[in-house]
Amino acid sequence: MEKRFGKSLCPGRAAAPVFVDGPARGAGFTLGFCGAGGELARFEEARRAALDRLEGQYRQALGRAGEEGAEIFRLHRAMLGDRDFLDQVEENIQGRGLEAAAAVLSAGEMFSAQFSALEDPYLRDRAADVEEISRLVAGLLSGAGEAPPPAGDYLAAADSLSPSRLMELEGAKGLILRECSPLGHTALLARAMNLPVITGLEPDPAWTGRPAALDGGEGALYLDPDQEVLTQFQEKTRQEALRAAGLAARALGPVCTRSGRAVGLWANAASPEEAARALGNGAQGIGLLRTEFLFLRRDTPPGEEEQLALYRQVIQAMEGRRVVIRTLDLGSDKRAPWMSGPREDNPALGLRGIRRSLARPELFSTQLRAILRAAAEGETAVMFPVVTSPEEVLQARALLDRCRAQLEEENLPAGPVEAGVMIETPAAALLAGELARVSDFFSIGSNDLAQYTLAMDRQDPACDPRHPAVLELIRRAVEGGHRFGRPVSLCGALAADPAMTEELLALGLDGLSVPAEDLWSLRERIEGLG
Amino acid sequence: MPQFTYTITCPQGLHGRPAMGLAEAAGALSSAVTIWKGDRSARADRLMALMTLGVSQGDSVTVTVEGGDEAASLQALEAYFKENL
Repeated sequence: MEKRFGKSLCPGRAAAPVFVDGPARGAGFTLGFCGAGGELARFEEARRAALDRLEGQYRQALGRAGEEGAEIFRLHRAMLGDRDFLDQVEENIQGRGLEAAAAVLSAGEMFSAQFSALEDPYLRDRAADVEEISRLVAGLLSGAGEAPPPAGDYLAAADSLSPSRLMELEGAKGLILRECSPLGHTALLARAMNLPVITGLEPDPAWTGRPAALDGGEGALYLDPDQEVLTQFQEKTRQEALRAAGLAARALGPVCTRSGRAVGLWANAASPEEAARALGNGAQGIGLLRTEFLFLRRDTPPGEEEQLALYRQVIQAMEGRRVVIRTLDLGSDKRAPWMSGPREDNPALGLRGIRRSLARPELFSTQLRAILRAAAEGETAVMFPVVTSPEEVLQARALLDRCRAQLEEENLPAGPVEAGVMIETPAAALLAGELARVSDFFSIGSNDLAQYTLAMDRQDPACDPRHPAVLELIRRAVEGGHRFGRPVSLCGALAADPAMTEELLALGLDGLSVPAEDLWSLRERIEGLG
Repeated sequence: MPQFTYTITCPQGLHGRPAMGLAEAAGALSSAVTIWKGDRSARADRLMALMTLGVSQGDSVTVTVEGGDEAASLQALEAYFKENL
């Protein structure tokens, strides 16, 4: 195996034999000057043929590289119709007695010199375009042309490559070029066609036919690559395909069952990294942002600015999609070193969720202020955990309003924030209608709902959220929420259980929120339902 | 000679696609259209001359028309510039 390094121009990887694209086949022929009239007619015929060829390449490039990539061929056509340019060719034939091919090359040199003299690098690059169209016409006049490319896939190597030639090399899976302007149209087309390109390597005609692997990002060419390199290539390509699929998922619309019922597909997250992964996997937003991790394993609780910075990161990672932030749910199995109060004997039934927050209004206000301020960056909602009564919600909302008023006084920007309720106690499920009056949406936490309904630790494998009593409470919660037009979704392990998807949707749930890695399979599951 | 002055707002300036479009639009008019950048000028329907004029975003150009239906040409050009450039 032989490894050569050039410069990376376009990333990507490809493995195929090399084809070294040679210079023009033969020198072409010349007929001798056949009189000004004859030469003008020959020029016009060749020009028309060139326009046809450019039209074909334009269409081809449109399909493979899109409008922007294909534009170069429109530009070349327009240049070949430029009256000044045509006048110059005619002048060269009639006034200077040049043959058509020489006349067009000479005109091309003249116009290209005008572009070369400009300061703007984009316009300077147009010099190459004028030369190319004149060479194209001259080539058609003299019968000179390039070697036909081989069939099948190959890595094309050349000193330089015109956009037209690139379109002719249909089997090229990657390019190895001595020269290629990064601003030029060949580079633009190659990028648009996702071809890996490296530059700065002198192609050796003896490479033709040799197996090779090209790593555009690394700028490396492997000749006669060994199995290890090829395996690595496959693995990296596979990973990139996954990432690309993730990016494509951002553009996916809502998930629908086959009968057209739209289902919210949300992700649970606890960090900006998880949020980014969720977006990559097609989440329509974050249905549950846990905030406890910010507060654990430290000696003092985080301040407003620290919380704000983190919420902002999550909101930015979601690129404007809705983020539902759940306020602190400490207590129960999560205890932080800074927490005051006696150690409880039975913390699952102790001071936790909204009750703990309302009992520590300074701490709660700090978090609400950070959430309100973060909401100025993108769609944000707040949701309160372990609610058992409408009074708790009203108190929390009153505090939220006070925080907003304070921020206004301090001239700190705050965004609109919907306030939702977690349904994770039987009390909340049974009072769903009352809670719906005072909140904007519900999210059912099936793990705690099962624990409190079944009087069984949620860690116990026997604590089954599919228990009919739990499902009945879910049904009531959905009904209560819908009575007031509130959307109801479910987060928790139950949401990610594919065997339960159909039943959960039958209960009337509007959305499901699951860990990022479960989004794809859940999407498929929903799309497969009637 | 009828004319107007215009400040180019399109980010590409009179390069590439905008230049092609203008050359086509100007070529379709009955008048000869000239674009002035300072004391340098180019016929608007001559693509390469237009491009080598090197007009960028933010540049102010003067457009003059001569011959044919000058009033109609000027009106069409003003609309074209506002819409596209």
